[in-house]
Amino acid sequence: MTTVFGVPLPAILGQLMLGLVNGSFYALLSLGLAVIFGLLGVVNFAHGAFYMLGAFAAYIGLASFGVNYWWALLLAPLTVGLLGIVIERLLLRHLYHVEPVYGLLLTFGIALIAEGVMRSQFGASGKSYPVPPLLQGGFNLGFMVLPVYRAWVILASATVCGVTWFLIERTRLGSSLRAATENAKLVQAFGINVPLLVMCTYGAGVALAALAGVLAAPVVQVSPLMGSSLVIVVFAVVVIGGMGSIVGAIVSGLLLGLIEGLTKVIYPEASNIVVFVIMAVVLIWRPAGLFGKEQ
Amino acid sequence: MKEQLVRAQVGVYVVLAALALIAPFLGLYPVFLMKLLCFAMFACAFNLLLGFTKMLSFGHAAYFGASAYVTGWLVTAQGWGTIAGIFGGVAVALLLGAVIGAIAVRRQGIYFAMITLALAQLVFFVCLQAEFTGGENGLQGIPRGSLLGVIGLGSDRTMYYFVLAVFVAVFVLIRRIVHSPFGQVLKAIRANEPRAVSLGYKADRYKLMAFVLSAGLSGLAGSLKALVLGFVTLSDVSQTNSGEVILMTLLGGSGTFLGPVIGANVVVTLQEYLSDIVGAWVSVIIGAIFVVCVLIFRRGFVGEIQRRFAQRAA
Amino acid sequence: MTRKSTIVVLGTLLGLYAASQASAAADQVVIGDIDDMSGVYADVMGQAGVDVINMAIADFGGTVLGKKITVLSVDHQNKPDIGASKFREWADQNGLTVVLGGSNTGVSIAMSKVAAAKKIPFIAIGAGGASLTGADCTPYTIHYAYDTTALGNGTASAIIKEGGKTWFFITADYAFGTQLQDAATKVVLANGGKVLGAVRAPLGTTDYSSFLLQAQASGAQVLGLANAGTDFSNSLKAANEFGITKTMKPAALLAFLTDIHAATLQTAQGLYLTTGWYWDLNDQTRAFGKRFFAKVNRMPTMDQAGVYSATMQYLNAVKAVGSTDSDKVMAQLKKTKINDFFAKDGYIRADGLMVHTMYVMKVKTPAESKYPWDYYQVVKVMPGEEADGAQPDQTCPMLKK
Repeated sequence: MTTVFGVPLPAILGQLMLGLVNGSFYALLSLGLAVIFGLLGVVNFAHGAFYMLGAFAAYIGLASFGVNYWWALLLAPLTVGLLGIVIERLLLRHLYHVEPVYGLLLTFGIALIAEGVMRSQFGASGKSYPVPPLLQGGFNLGFMVLPVYRAWVILASATVCGVTWFLIERTRLGSSLRAATENAKLVQAFGINVPLLVMCTYGAGVALAALAGVLAAPVVQVSPLMGSSLVIVVFAVVVIGGMGSIVGAIVSGLLLGLIEGLTKVIYPEASNIVVFVIMAVVLIWRPAGLFGKEQ
Repeated sequence: MKEQLVRAQVGVYVVLAALALIAPFLGLYPVFLMKLLCFAMFACAFNLLLGFTKMLSFGHAAYFGASAYVTGWLVTAQGWGTIAGIFGGVAVALLLGAVIGAIAVRRQGIYFAMITLALAQLVFFVCLQAEFTGGENGLQGIPRGSLLGVIGLGSDRTMYYFVLAVFVAVFVLIRRIVHSPFGQVLKAIRANEPRAVSLGYKADRYKLMAFVLSAGLSGLAGSLKALVLGFVTLSDVSQTNSGEVILMTLLGGSGTFLGPVIGANVVVTLQEYLSDIVGAWVSVIIGAIFVVCVLIFRRGFVGEIQRRFAQRAA
Repeated sequence: MTRKSTIVVLGTLLGLYAASQASAAADQVVIGDIDDMSGVYADVMGQAGVDVINMAIADFGGTVLGKKITVLSVDHQNKPDIGASKFREWADQNGLTVVLGGSNTGVSIAMSKVAAAKKIPFIAIGAGGASLTGADCTPYTIHYAYDTTALGNGTASAIIKEGGKTWFFITADYAFGTQLQDAATKVVLANGGKVLGAVRAPLGTTDYSSFLLQAQASGAQVLGLANAGTDFSNSLKAANEFGITKTMKPAALLAFLTDIHAATLQTAQGLYLTTGWYWDLNDQTRAFGKRFFAKVNRMPTMDQAGVYSATMQYLNAVKAVGSTDSDKVMAQLKKTKINDFFAKDGYIRADGLMVHTMYVMKVKTPAESKYPWDYYQVVKVMPGEEADGAQPDQTCPMLKK
């Protein structure tokens, strides 16, 4: 058996594969955060809560309404995205004229409310969400068995990230968005309804989080606490990538998933903190992040 | 007018001090009162950073909790005395504050908050994994010991007066810091940092100093809490604790002296008595208060009272 | 201005004073149930446990020695600080006379320390850690139902006898998990086996994929699952998903009826597990099972049956000694033999452990299961001394006189 750093190769490849799956989740979640931060300048602390709500939407959809997984992939992000739009319109909008920290605090409060409500209804332990029949089984890759579902996660996440990137960087809608980030008043003067754009962008970012939640449901069990520890890691990923950068978010997400996986084989005790250590190092060396622009 | 304001303030302080002194004799549960004092101390220390230097640290529980763990460990596993244990904990909190502050202070606003958040999470995971903290089990059975071997602190009442004395000392210290020349520079930096820098003040250094002081005093609050309740667990160093101290300060009124004290009292009392009645809805209520505070109550209780008073006087 | 704020402050304090005069009653029997009501172990004991305590009180007659019996309950959320604070608060403010339950070993250890400080009996049910009657023993702790020593002796022995010599553990990262792993390791080594490695997963982990890959990489024959509740059912499901169960034999070091139900017979068939009680053992146990089912719509676990038995034992002890005095009640409990629907030939050892007959079970295949909740077949009946040893735990400090 070949070894790398004294660890057998199959073990490394196995953890890297799992790391790729985790990285796909990180990429999807940091994408949503980067989109929201890029346009609204709001650090959406509630991102983890929307991820959780997306997963619950899928769970409740299945348990109470018989909505299957494939429909949930579409309906959960729509429902939660709508909730996001309502929150932006009613609450977040009032804070654009004060310091950005208040937006952060507001979304923090919203996260607490969302988690508290779900916890009182569903308890703290995870609810089981079944893998859809089409995606059951596994691929025998030799060094490990990769469940079909996890391969699907990688594929779905890559597709969504790719499409989102294309929309933002290569279409007219995307360019209006990017322009509004730089100079909202000017873009408004051109006749583009900036408040509407902002509202829909928040909704879209939130929908991305909810989509990640649906994808995660069969993997991690649906629990009210599933978003809170994840969101801080995602923040770190976004800071590493550069706070407004779409490409940065996607690339850092994938990269960090892989690094975490590698750490799990080589030095397991550090696997929880490796993301934060990297963040500290990046901040000292390149404060704007890997792909960010100096403000 | 100024006279009236000063007299009002002194009056309030006198009343509060009197109540605090006789509280145990009113039949209130001393352990609960001490918990209030510890968290009020934590909120005041946090306010030094948020209210008087306008820096939002999102991971202040790291200093509170780390100091609590270190004190707890020194007093149990190492057999140190109570006062020595407290000093040890605070020293670690100061060190942690210096390291994290040095990294975080280079950035501002949102970025600063995120960095403190992530680095505090790092501290959380270290506490989770380190042997001496007991991980999920926490540190249990921490003895109260005695004051320099003379006054035993086992009795709840004696401990209460000790904690009260420390709290008053910290409160006075923070007032002194804010009104000192150092505090004036902080005020200038808060008002207009580029101008302060152009006047020759090394803003980053002042901000770091404030950060370290705040971390140290938070650590003191944590160490006391460890001794009062007799245990330290991961909740003390968790994200939730960081969020709650922000709420306490905001609710009470950041930038005021009594604000954090009031805020801490309200939040801790709510949690204690509501959780028996409504269970998991406590976080919903706290979250809702947070949201309302941020939207329409940004000055907090004391801030609003001060504004009304100023309006009436004007 | 001063007057207004004075009034506000005085009012608040008065309110607090009123609130603090909770129910500090003198002549009552106050039973506290501090347990996990919403987390990983909520189905094993949880809210149904409180219902069972009330059932027992009603069966006992509702009062003892003419005193009213009050039940207080709280969700400790698997946090030692909540468990310990509530125990202390009830002792100081509410006239607490006994605490039953616990479930989480870490929380139970914290509570046992408060029990010793406040001198109030604590009957730990649900927690597994043997240290509760070992290094963490106190004169006021009784460890009912089962402990990690019995689990190791039962399950690990059964698996080694079938040829599972090399082990890899996935362990819940707190007192319970580590003690369970130690107990199993002892048995493995004593029988000529080897432990190839172990990995710790935080309590409440839901994604076991990377831990399972590590287990697989070790090449061990047996996958030792030193966890419980939803941790156990999640790790078992994932082991199936990743094809680990094709090359490794899973060892359910602690599994409750509710976990097998959650994992389904399809996944759990053939597993060995050790338990102190099962609803389908005899007519007495079936009768209790039926009563419980009527209330809660599922069959009781060992812990839920245990808490009924413990409540009865406590109330009987209070009646026998004529008071709720902790020392008298503890002495009475320690000299009473326990023979009820829950325990056969049970007695409380000097270190506080309730030694009684344990059963090694094998989970039935779906074909073998003839009716709902028909999950186990008895493989071995272990007398108490075989499960836990005849001598008290020598690491218990109070025995070193």
